[in-house]
Amino acid sequence: MTAADVLGQFLSGLARAGVLFLIAAGLSFIFGVVKIVNFAHGALYMVGAFLTYSFRVTLGVPFWASIVLAAVCVAVIGIGMEVFLFRRVYGRPVADQLLLTFAMVLIIHDVVRLAYGSNLRSVPRPPLLAGAVFLGDVIFPSYYIFIVLTGTAVLLGFWAFLHKTRLGKTIRAAVGNREMVACLGKPLPWLFTAAFAAGVFVDGLAGAIGAPLGGIRLGMDFDIIILAFATVIVGGFGSLPGTALAAFIIGEAYAFGIWLMPAIALSLPFIIMAAVLIVRPWGLLGRSGGGEL
Amino acid sequence: MSGSRRSRWWLIALAVVALALPQFAEPIVVHTAIEILIMALFAMSFNLLFDGAGLLTFGHGCYYGVGAYTAALLMTEIGMPMFPAMFAAMVMGGLVALVFGYFCVRLTGVYFSILTLAFAQLMFSVFQQSYTLTGGDLGILDIQPPAFLMAVNNYYYFTLVVVGVSFWLLWRILHSPFGRTLHASRDSVVRTQFIGINVRRYRLAAFVIAGVFASLAGALFAPFNRAVAPFLVSWVKSSDPVLMTLLGGAATFWGPVVGAAVFTTLHEVAIGYTTYWLLLMGGILLVGVLFLPGGILGFLEDRFHGAAAARGTKMTEARGASSNASAD
Amino acid sequence: MLLRTQALTKAFGSLRAVDGVDLVVQPGRLHAIIGPNGAGKSTFFNVLTGFFPADSGSVIFKDQDITRLPPHVISRRGVVRAFQRGTIFQTFTVFENVQAAILSRKGKTRNLFELAAGMLREDTRRILETLGLVDQANVRAGHLSHGDLKRLEIGIALGMEPELLLLDEPTAGMSPEETAAQSALMQKLVAEQGLNILFTEHDMEVVFGIAKWITVMHQGRVIADGKPGDVRRDRHVQAVYLGEES
Repeated sequence: MTAADVLGQFLSGLARAGVLFLIAAGLSFIFGVVKIVNFAHGALYMVGAFLTYSFRVTLGVPFWASIVLAAVCVAVIGIGMEVFLFRRVYGRPVADQLLLTFAMVLIIHDVVRLAYGSNLRSVPRPPLLAGAVFLGDVIFPSYYIFIVLTGTAVLLGFWAFLHKTRLGKTIRAAVGNREMVACLGKPLPWLFTAAFAAGVFVDGLAGAIGAPLGGIRLGMDFDIIILAFATVIVGGFGSLPGTALAAFIIGEAYAFGIWLMPAIALSLPFIIMAAVLIVRPWGLLGRSGGGEL
Repeated sequence: MSGSRRSRWWLIALAVVALALPQFAEPIVVHTAIEILIMALFAMSFNLLFDGAGLLTFGHGCYYGVGAYTAALLMTEIGMPMFPAMFAAMVMGGLVALVFGYFCVRLTGVYFSILTLAFAQLMFSVFQQSYTLTGGDLGILDIQPPAFLMAVNNYYYFTLVVVGVSFWLLWRILHSPFGRTLHASRDSVVRTQFIGINVRRYRLAAFVIAGVFASLAGALFAPFNRAVAPFLVSWVKSSDPVLMTLLGGAATFWGPVVGAAVFTTLHEVAIGYTTYWLLLMGGILLVGVLFLPGGILGFLEDRFHGAAAARGTKMTEARGASSNASAD
Repeated sequence: MLLRTQALTKAFGSLRAVDGVDLVVQPGRLHAIIGPNGAGKSTFFNVLTGFFPADSGSVIFKDQDITRLPPHVISRRGVVRAFQRGTIFQTFTVFENVQAAILSRKGKTRNLFELAAGMLREDTRRILETLGLVDQANVRAGHLSHGDLKRLEIGIALGMEPELLLLDEPTAGMSPEETAAQSALMQKLVAEQGLNILFTEHDMEVVFGIAKWITVMHQGRVIADGKPGDVRRDRHVQAVYLGEES
């Protein structure tokens, strides 16, 4: 076990964390603004990955365009879901909303299966990022660096949007006090749609840029949604820095876990999540009082 | 409850049909009926938490699977006879529910639901990976019920008795002071605390009881199916009781049973036509949530009794109103 | 001395909702807490009953320290609260609402096998009679009128056999007739059943009509504490209420 190995694992964990962050950030954002827990978030991530495959491999669209197109398509699907389905259940108790998003998980899963079959797919890394950067003994795959950069860019972009732009500030106000914002004449329903679309866009983006990392397969949706929930819970619902921190912790725990203690590696996120839920249910950087719904 | 007279007649009719079923039905139908009974028990145990205590668990399959695996392991590894194995399965299910439930009841709302889901996933990965103990992906095969229960009809009557008694027990529990307290905590946690109830403790008790009955269902399933696989512990399995209960109507006692019957029958029929079962399930759930919040029984009650008897689930009423009231 | 708080404090961030409150509740009185909106009355009740943990200070009830105990323990000790906004059990009937409290008080709630429907009917009926809710025994609580809802709230509290009953704005939203009936009820409870009542109120007619002792709160602190006549004459109180009802 050399320093190079450790660093390598560290970067691997960072890349994983980057993808996880994007997904969890979208989930957390949607929950914060629209107050819906989107179980279908994992499914949409999977759709983003499969669509990237379709654009890149089946249609031959260039890599960068594929990623963006895939994310946009997922956002459109998200908008459709919000407008036609979720709007009907906003006043209803939480259980109804959870069940609706759960229904979407099932539907999306089988639609993907219908469209793509059950085989494993893969998307090659773009030539620009297919190589690696060498620092002494350590090999840093370029693609990992790209993911980390993208994740950081999204984090900063989100933060800047929420704190510096007018629309962003309106959204933050809406989170605090909906009636007030509605009174001020801002069209609340479209605000929700926009927020939902944004949250789902980064989700699709995560699927798209995560696609070249590993295989694309059915079951990605189920696997990732639990991790995403774990991340959001550990970080604290509605806290963007918290989500980033949690993604980092879980990503690294996973990377080092797989390397050092594979037996419990898969259970590590749950153990961390359980620990947080017991000690600090509102997450590392969340606010207390957020456990009631 | 209006129409209790009518309900009693339905019950008697149902009992007669249930008892006479093997005499006039094909073995395949009896086979399906056993499945329905087991699933109905599973769904009932879920609804003890959902409608009874206002707790939506997405991880109930965990206890079902634990029950199934415990019975399977005991029967195949050490040759334990079926009845003690079933009893042990219930104890095991209760213990696991106690441990997981201890953490889950410290949370509310969606956090609770997510943690139940996470624990189920945890269990799933444990079962799937420990090849030596649980047979990994392959599961455990060749579970043999005792000779006198080998015949489908016999197993049917056995299941009918076990499930029937369980229903009776669950009914008693729901109508007991304990059950009342659970209902109270569903309507208003705050108010229940302020009448001197440690809500967390009661929720944990409900969680354990639900876990025990779910594991009983699993223990009935293992020898019936002759095999168990990790799938039984998965969160997909956990979604079955949710769908069944909502389909049948969560606000009524028999809703989960109706839902289980419709769901299982649909599954049998649909499997013959398509493998896109999740799509169908999701579609039904979608339509159900959007248009039939009271489920089948809720819809029927509305139609025949006209009154506001079953407008939505009790959770809709309770949650909707108490979200306006607060302690301040 | 029935209840006593010492330097009780509860802050939310920088807002000191309850700021070093010293209060004594003597038995046998109708004791009112008044103050303008935001004075901290409700928060005080919340801290008293364990709903919010106090930041500092103490609450002593009958020589026992009940500070920071959870609500379900405090309720059993005899400090029982009725809420401002009618937090009742929506899907239960009026009867079942009160019965639930009595079942809990009498320690029956761990019973898994008896049928709750037939239990403690006499005790429940007695409370419903006291409150004049017998006719509505089988009405679903969610369908009650506002006045009846507030009375049911008290009924639930009575089911706990309280020694000190905390009423949060018991006449809020009531018509004059209902208010008069509610005031009469409160006096009856103290006179006939030996209850002690501590209540918050905005309706000054009610307060000066039935209260034997008044505590005035303002911005989280106690600014006056005494008999109605003395409080009425207090300069500080008058200043605070200038422009409001007196």
